[in-house]
Amino acid sequence: MSMKEQYGQQKDSYHSKIMAKSIAIFVVCVILTLICLVPIYILIVNSTHAHMDLAQNPSRFFFGKSLGANIKTLMNDLPADAGKAAKRVAQQYSSAFSLGRGYLNSLIIAGFSTLLTVFFSAMTAYGLTVYDFKLSGAAYTFIIGVMMIPVQVSSAGFVRFMYSLHLINSFIPLIVPAIAAPAVIFFMVSYMKSSFPLEIVEASRIDGCGEFRTFITIAIPMMKPAIAVQAIFAFVSNWNNYYTQNMILKNADYATVPIMVSKVLAFDKNIDNGVNYLCITLSIIPIVVVYFILSKFIIAGVALGGVKE
Amino acid sequence: MASAAQRRIKSISYAKYGYMFIAPFFLVYCFFQIWPLIYTFILSFKGNQANNAAFVGMENYSTILFGKGSSAGAAATHAEFAKALGNTFILWFGNFIPQILLSLLLAVWFTDAKVKLPGKGFFKIVMYMPNIITAASVAALYVNLFGDSKNYFINATLLNMHLVSEPIKFVTDPVNSKIMVMFIQTWLWFGNTMIMLMSGIMGISPSLFEAADIDGANSTQQFFKITLPLLQPIMVYTLVTSMIGGLQMFDLPYLFHNGANFSKELETVAVYIYYNFNKGTVEQASYGYAGAASIIIFAITAVLGSITFYMNRDKDAIAKKKQRKKAEKQMKAKMKQGGLTI
Repeated sequence: MSMKEQYGQQKDSYHSKIMAKSIAIFVVCVILTLICLVPIYILIVNSTHAHMDLAQNPSRFFFGKSLGANIKTLMNDLPADAGKAAKRVAQQYSSAFSLGRGYLNSLIIAGFSTLLTVFFSAMTAYGLTVYDFKLSGAAYTFIIGVMMIPVQVSSAGFVRFMYSLHLINSFIPLIVPAIAAPAVIFFMVSYMKSSFPLEIVEASRIDGCGEFRTFITIAIPMMKPAIAVQAIFAFVSNWNNYYTQNMILKNADYATVPIMVSKVLAFDKNIDNGVNYLCITLSIIPIVVVYFILSKFIIAGVALGGVKE
Repeated sequence: MASAAQRRIKSISYAKYGYMFIAPFFLVYCFFQIWPLIYTFILSFKGNQANNAAFVGMENYSTILFGKGSSAGAAATHAEFAKALGNTFILWFGNFIPQILLSLLLAVWFTDAKVKLPGKGFFKIVMYMPNIITAASVAALYVNLFGDSKNYFINATLLNMHLVSEPIKFVTDPVNSKIMVMFIQTWLWFGNTMIMLMSGIMGISPSLFEAADIDGANSTQQFFKITLPLLQPIMVYTLVTSMIGGLQMFDLPYLFHNGANFSKELETVAVYIYYNFNKGTVEQASYGYAGAASIIIFAITAVLGSITFYMNRDKDAIAKKKQRKKAEKQMKAKMKQGGLTI
């Protein structure tokens, strides 16, 4: 066997090995993708079927025609000749899962919390990196130290304290604490250390710019990438926060999306499976759509390692 | 590098702004986090329900940890807490092991330069997706797909395909429901862990892999001799954050149930705490037990947290600080010798 033939063969077998490996990996990835997407697909499909159809055969893989009817049930907008049972179902679902109010509540909480989190975290990070003061090291150590304390640990005292301040059924205990977000500060400090030149602060001082104005007009625009990533994560985690919201918001008028879902889940009579699925779909869709629009930023943000709830 | 004198001038004139910038954080943090934490600590020494104003010392701790106490249901309370602690550990372990193995495998595959994988970006995006969905909705989704009777999707499909003869109790069976929660947790988190590990692997210098390639190491050898040892810090970080996250596991175990009440078979410590401070009215809940359980969790978290803190500390900054102190000392010594004035 000549040398050329021998090496040629090895090269071929090397290539075929890599091809085989690539194909195997591709297949595994496709399976995992299906595991991630199929539950969502089935959920959406099922929300387009009527309860009667689902009772007949719950194993549905294709879209049905009852989406409109399910939405009408959920909005308690039944035709006048609807039966008593149907009216009871519609009444139950529409009172637990109120589309407009629930989304508005979630949006208010998540929106304001996000604004407060990113603004005050940027401000704290700026204070810690730009100024050299006696307690700055201690303050930063404290922030890293408390970063990992779980909410559950202080929640018993938190509820009791909020109760004594008459802040149960109020958005304040859900929004104002967002000012203090140690993990976000940690992320922003590391971002500033790597990509915020302190000379710019000196320069603006020489130009007579006040300290706070320097922060607002120079630092914030320069920190935009970090702020954007953290804003996305803060919004998602506040939107999804069932634990604290359920603890504070006892009144149905203040229910947020996760609370409404948990209420629908707790029904034990007058259940309409189609509407059940519709409620869950409605709670998932907005966040999934926003995710796919912003996915590039989100993946990059996770890769930076700043976020793990 | 600014001289010591320059630094001193800067600190004299601008230090107060530093305090002003960090003040809001500390005020809010103390009000909404530190005080509730101290208050929880105080509550853990007080009685439960109607007896909640009385000081009972360590009784709550001895009740939930050892079942000793004067209250009627001391033994039952201890049994419940012990079970919750056990469940927390089982559920955490059962989701962490498959999750880290799967994530590690995927991360290695995705960062392997030799593998030609079309649609890598798409796979990453889809695999991360479950992580951003509201956990409450995820629980509701799985309860509605995996319901116990033949009226739910999975059981109906399995029956239609004649794979099973009886519907499987995915939600109420003690073992099945735990496996379901482990599966869902893995489903939620593997994408996140994968991306974290990927960024860790991409931080490893590619020349190491090239050198190993030339020396004839196959990919298994490369994984165990290069990737895994160099990934150790990020693995420890993942492990500890996952353990702390596991201690907080609430939404899924609490909501994965049929009907109005949570499943006792899935009760974690977080559920235990929540359940106790929601018993009865807001004034008369079992704050004592909830507080004691919280403080125990806090102690565990503090130990775990200090491990990561120790492993992740900024070595450069510590070295710099030491240098600075040394320089300052020298400066002072020189000044004492006289002749040097600033």
